[in-house]
Amino acid sequence: MLEELYKEMAQSIIDGDSDISAELAQKAVELKMHPLDAITNGFVVGVTYIGDQFGKGEAFLPELVMAGEAMKAAIAVLEPELLKLGESREMLGRVVLATVEGDIHEIGKTLVGTMLSASGFEVIDLGVDQPADKIIGKALEVNANLIGMSALLTTTMVRQREVIEELDKEGLRPRIKVMVGGAPITKDWVDKIKADGYSEDAIGAVKVAKQLVGKE
Amino acid sequence: MQPRLSLLTQDLIERIIDEAYQLLLKPGIKVQNEEARKLLFDAGAQVDEETQVVRIPAQIAKAALNTVPRTFQLFDYDGNPTVEYGGDTVQFDPGSSGISVLDPDTLEQKTAETADLIRLLKVTEQLPQYDAQSTAVVCHDVPKEIHDLYRLYLVLLHSKKPIVTGAFSNKTVQFMIDMLAIMSGGADNLRTKPRAVFDVCPSPPLIWSNFGSGNLMVLARMGVPAEIVSMPLAGAAAPVTLLGAVTQHAAECISGITIHQLAHAGSPIVWGGAPAIFDMRKGGTPMGAIETAMIDSSYAQVGKYLGIPTHAYMGATDSKRLDMQAGIESGITAMIGALSGINMISGSGMLDFLLCHSAEKLVIDAEGVAMAQRMLQGMKIHTETLATGFYEGVNFKGGDFLKQKITMQLFQKEQNMPSAIIDRDSIRGWKANGSLDTFDRAKIRVKELLASYRRPELDPDQVSRLHAFVLDLSKQAGVETLPIIEDYEPA
Repeated sequence: MLEELYKEMAQSIIDGDSDISAELAQKAVELKMHPLDAITNGFVVGVTYIGDQFGKGEAFLPELVMAGEAMKAAIAVLEPELLKLGESREMLGRVVLATVEGDIHEIGKTLVGTMLSASGFEVIDLGVDQPADKIIGKALEVNANLIGMSALLTTTMVRQREVIEELDKEGLRPRIKVMVGGAPITKDWVDKIKADGYSEDAIGAVKVAKQLVGKE
Repeated sequence: MQPRLSLLTQDLIERIIDEAYQLLLKPGIKVQNEEARKLLFDAGAQVDEETQVVRIPAQIAKAALNTVPRTFQLFDYDGNPTVEYGGDTVQFDPGSSGISVLDPDTLEQKTAETADLIRLLKVTEQLPQYDAQSTAVVCHDVPKEIHDLYRLYLVLLHSKKPIVTGAFSNKTVQFMIDMLAIMSGGADNLRTKPRAVFDVCPSPPLIWSNFGSGNLMVLARMGVPAEIVSMPLAGAAAPVTLLGAVTQHAAECISGITIHQLAHAGSPIVWGGAPAIFDMRKGGTPMGAIETAMIDSSYAQVGKYLGIPTHAYMGATDSKRLDMQAGIESGITAMIGALSGINMISGSGMLDFLLCHSAEKLVIDAEGVAMAQRMLQGMKIHTETLATGFYEGVNFKGGDFLKQKITMQLFQKEQNMPSAIIDRDSIRGWKANGSLDTFDRAKIRVKELLASYRRPELDPDQVSRLHAFVLDLSKQAGVETLPIIEDYEPA
């Protein structure tokens, strides 16, 4: 019975069906299931599966995004219940995401946000065209342990370095780790600007983020 | 709407057919089979027994064209119709009658043997892009007398798909029909649900050999589909003009169909071919030449005009390696064949003027076939509005469409999903995965397919009868045993 419900939960994520995932979350509440059990044993299993499939080339971006959305819908139902219990979900970490100043390309960054939050990170996504002081200011304000920056253009990727230099100047590293991404980003670039990590895709970004917060 | 390529106007098609009928009278058709000449004579043709030249009046040929079925199907081992000849259906199968294979490790062409054909069959069986198997290469480790039927034997053991095949003599065509009948549960079943089509070749220019016309008559009487493979060689064994070659092709096909339908009216037959231009530098028969593809596309249009199912040899290359030339020639000609609405397009996997086969090329060509099949689906209207209905909730943000349910529902209907043969990785991802080129990736894919292959479940009684039948023919040819087939013990 319980196993069956967990399976349905995972499946709703795999199917990317936000209506059903929210419905199942509601059902968990009615059954007085502990919200964390529903998340860990049910919904997260689906996210992990679709992430693995994506890694193997057998699932595609729309499925990944829809799985993230379905996860969000389930969490939206379960989170208030947790608070009622006086508990909160143990988050893997708090991430501030942004596309750097001068750059308005954010599809990849948004995907990273979706996957990070589906995997248990708290994500604050600032959007596009964000200058260094805004990004750092937000990170301090929310006490983030990770900053993720994207850039699509070779002309804007230099801004990633500015943010890192600024952080160093303020002595905020290694307290705040920095991960970068985007089409022109190479390993050489990452080494050069002394970022803490980078990834090719959203699934890889989750792995890197987990390593950086020591939860892998 | 299925996109179509038309190189000929209706006027031109009618001129081609008109001149083809004229060729049937002058110079006439050389028919080297006595029984076929008698059939034609009895129908009213003028026969010169000394020169073996037959002058076929148009009305006899027209009557024959009228009795040809406009459509027919081929069936898989389980009896499902999975290949449709007729109309604008487009299907692909590997090329056949190769004599060597490209060794993926040494890059040498090696004389093909049993294990090489089995390798090709296992790969083809698992690629949905290939609607039929073909008797792809001749195996040189069995006696010459059974070369044709032994290929069919291996296909029957390793596949459930329909088969494009062909016999090398009038004697063996009957044996091959018997083998198919064993696996179909009898000759009647084979007639109602044919598993295979047999290629039959006229000899250019305008000759039906004893063997070719003999084969046509046997197949017609057994009700097993025949596929004419006419091969005008423009500039050597046919007029140098492309239209001249198309006209000779029509004359060879019409005369063949006449013999075939006179032997048994209503038996299925295909308007097919493997023409080429004649290369004036090296004297070769380039299958990858654009003009070769133009002859194919045009004769197919003529066949369609006459309402006869069509076939062509396209999607092959003359290159010796799996290089850019191989890609250009195979991809472009496969696409032209598809846009011409040709029912069965043979040639995938083949290099070097149809002499050499390659499993690695088969997996690469499968991607070209998938692209051609996607092209044929054309522009699809999936939604009530073309675009306006998509913008609800879209907040001028780039990724928003990725979050729409409709994106998930439709993306696989709109986009062909290539296998790992096609590289769309970033430069970093590509390097991280070993900086592999197409050929490297094809080698990996072939290894995967060989590992995942499972022999089809066949009736063991049929299999043992088939084995005994072929072993007996091998013994008659003076060889007491058949090559050992890996993982297989005949009952």
